Amino acid sequence: MTQNPAPGAHNAKVMNRFELTKRLVAQLKHEEAVIGGIGNSNFDLWMSGQRPQNFYMLGSMGLAIPIALGVAIAQPQRHVVALEGDGSLLMQLGCLATVAVRKPRNLTMVVWDNGMYQITGGQPTASAAVTDIVTVARGCGLPNSAWAADEDEFDRLFAAALRDGGPTLIAARIDDKPGTGATDRDPVQIRERFMKGLGVRK
Amino acid sequence: MTDTQAQTAPWHRVVLDTLKKNDVRLVPYVPDRVFTPLIDALHADDFFTTFPCTREEEAIGIVTGAWMGGLRAAVLMQTSGFATIPNAVASLVCPSQIPALIFVSERGTLGEFNLGQAMVCRTMRPVLDALGIETHTITRHDELAFIVDRSIKQAVATQAPVTFILSPLLTGGKVFAA
Repeated sequence: MTQNPAPGAHNAKVMNRFELTKRLVAQLKHEEAVIGGIGNSNFDLWMSGQRPQNFYMLGSMGLAIPIALGVAIAQPQRHVVALEGDGSLLMQLGCLATVAVRKPRNLTMVVWDNGMYQITGGQPTASAAVTDIVTVARGCGLPNSAWAADEDEFDRLFAAALRDGGPTLIAARIDDKPGTGATDRDPVQIRERFMKGLGVRK
Repeated sequence: MTDTQAQTAPWHRVVLDTLKKNDVRLVPYVPDRVFTPLIDALHADDFFTTFPCTREEEAIGIVTGAWMGGLRAAVLMQTSGFATIPNAVASLVCPSQIPALIFVSERGTLGEFNLGQAMVCRTMRPVLDALGIETHTITRHDELAFIVDRSIKQAVATQAPVTFILSPLLTGGKVFAA
């Protein structure tokens, strides 16, 4: 992965979250855990196919990466992926510093950056104007952080993260399309299914 | 630890030993002066994975992920930190039935010198009551091991969070040099 100074989001193609989610899930061959952040990150993960190793976070905006870090610590042999939006991550930027100190090799963070709080009416986030998520991540001590220039590079960056270990952060500029569906809203069922998927429950 | 040792060991040793006895191996925290001897002892013991977080909410997320991954975890914070986590507790821990073990170093009472701490302390128990969370304010050393041990077992068995408020009566609290 590139170690150059963050190129900035302006060079990256605007892609689609559902399309990228499907590409990401297609690379999962070893029962990797995926934590979907609140709202559209979750919805598109749900619509990409309901793997038992998917956890859909219904509240607690900003906690997808901390939850993923907890899973990664508990199960160091399993790769864990967090899917988070730019607005959610901006709410909990400190978690990047914590991840950088812990250096979990089995954690990959994917940030969908549409520059807006899409689900609440499209209000602009700071990343629409001045804040570069990848630069922030590098500043927190996560050198394996990069913008995906296009779909093919997204695939390559994610494959490298799974193959080489991390922690890795991949940011993707995405369009303003809402999620393609919606999750079930039963937190106990979601949690229980996830624990079975991780082999914790029989 | 025998009952006799539990009577003579400092409070932080009793907490550490009770966590270990119950196989609670992960302890993310946000620092607190009164909890410093416990935090230092956790760091010094290879049984535990312990590290600071930037916010208490973050620690709640980590504990939730760890439990779902098969690892028991506790979180340490002070009173003002508790005031930052009701959303995470109400929208993640409670509805998902996560046995989060929440230890709070109680500030804001029994000699508090900071009005802000005193005010924020008043928000803690009403929030815990509103959410129906099992809560124990621990004031007595001779009850500490029993309460923590039994409550961890209950939290795991009933898949529900528990809050331990460690009173200045137990820990000595933070003293204002008047």
